[in-house]
Amino acid sequence: MIEVSDIYKSFGENEVLKGISANFEPGKISLIIGGSGSGKSTLLKCMVGLHHPDSGKVIYNGTEFTRLSFEDRIPIRKEIGMLFQNSALFDSMTVEQNIIFSLEMFTDMSKSEKIDRANFCLERVDLAGTNALYPSELSGGMKKRVGIARAITMTPKYLFCDEPNSGLDPQTSILIDELIQELTDEFNTTTVVVTHDMSSVMGIGDYILFLYQGKKNWEGSNKEIAHTDIKELNEFVFASPFMKVAKKSF
Amino acid sequence: MFFTDFGKYLLLIKSVFKKPEKWRIYWKEIFLSMDNIGVGSLSLVAIISTFIGAVMTMQIAFQLVSDLIPSSIIGQINRDSSILELSPTITALVLAGKVGSSISSQIGSMRVSEQIDALEIMGINAPGYLILPKIIAGITMVPLLVIVSIFLAIFGGLAGGAISGAVTPADYIMGITGDFNGYTVTVAMVKAFVFGFVITSISAYQGFYVRGGSLEVGLASTKSVVVSCITILACDYIITALML
Repeated sequence: MIEVSDIYKSFGENEVLKGISANFEPGKISLIIGGSGSGKSTLLKCMVGLHHPDSGKVIYNGTEFTRLSFEDRIPIRKEIGMLFQNSALFDSMTVEQNIIFSLEMFTDMSKSEKIDRANFCLERVDLAGTNALYPSELSGGMKKRVGIARAITMTPKYLFCDEPNSGLDPQTSILIDELIQELTDEFNTTTVVVTHDMSSVMGIGDYILFLYQGKKNWEGSNKEIAHTDIKELNEFVFASPFMKVAKKSF
Repeated sequence: MFFTDFGKYLLLIKSVFKKPEKWRIYWKEIFLSMDNIGVGSLSLVAIISTFIGAVMTMQIAFQLVSDLIPSSIIGQINRDSSILELSPTITALVLAGKVGSSISSQIGSMRVSEQIDALEIMGINAPGYLILPKIIAGITMVPLLVIVSIFLAIFGGLAGGAISGAVTPADYIMGITGDFNGYTVTVAMVKAFVFGFVITSISAYQGFYVRGGSLEVGLASTKSVVVSCITILACDYIITALML
């Protein structure tokens, strides 16, 4: 369980987050949605500790993460897996080295155990046999899947995904969503996804947090989203002609 | 602006020297950096040092035209100039361009592609993992390169003097073997150690705090070379003033 309480964050004069509070529950996929500049990625980065909020709290299972020093955060960080927007794979390392990197740093597993774990993670994302490839040899969708494999190496309790579908074709995008859903169910992770993708919203959004101009504008499930009368939310979710037609069937 | 940057630099250096998560992984990175900085720069340093030694000999001979001054003094001046100033400083300035820009753009690219964020999310001390091996490689390999440079500059002087006829090999060897003060080598090694730290730490700092995209990575790389060169010259003056 992750609790976010009254988070404020500014960059110079630009106030990006204005008092965001929300709860993210285990075993569910929580989506943070909103237009460009609404503060989605900033909120995610405040949650994982890449940004320091000006005020407010981020609490992981009762432990206030925002008050901890870098060293004290390490036990929680080991329970966090993150998929970055551009995958952020270490390009000087092979796929296998990327996946076992955190195991090498933080565990005393033998080489064969680490390779077994890498193979398990790669099989889990349907990329068995790609161990020796370098990130430059992978397609965009494969990089995302390796990013997911790396994120689940340490069997995380918390999985964060920053725009996992960006730059992917619709079919690959659905595959990534299905994978996130399966991993959330399998490991009972608290999964938080920042996305613009409406098919993700309608497909995997157990809980949706809609940000508008740095404030929480709406929260609910994907079943409720079609029946709200919040103007900003409707304009965002049902902006495309396809979604306007689809709305009538909800 | 200067004090803000300097403060950030000191804070970064402080986090670089935190206890590593696992030394075994760091050693691997240290040896890779040593190979990159040391072996990777050896041929460039060798060529530059040999030619500078040769040119120095000819220029000293050109200026010492008096019959009252023995030509063996040419070797002695070339030796002391190479040890005290030319080899440490020229090697450092060359490495600031070659190694410094490479470190800055490597770390800068990792920053803009979120690889540094990924390290931090994993709970790894990113400044320590990325910068400490480079600093250790810098402070060990730059002195070794300077030693090579000193020998080659002196040899270059011998060859240049012999080929041009500026000084005979016998006179030159008499000059380089006479009145040798070992303290000059100590000064050169102190300079090399400091320059190795300056080149790697300043370049890493410029790369680590890049914001933006590939354009900013390029600008950071250029800035790292400029700032490193100025700092090297300033440190050169301070060390010389303090030690001589």
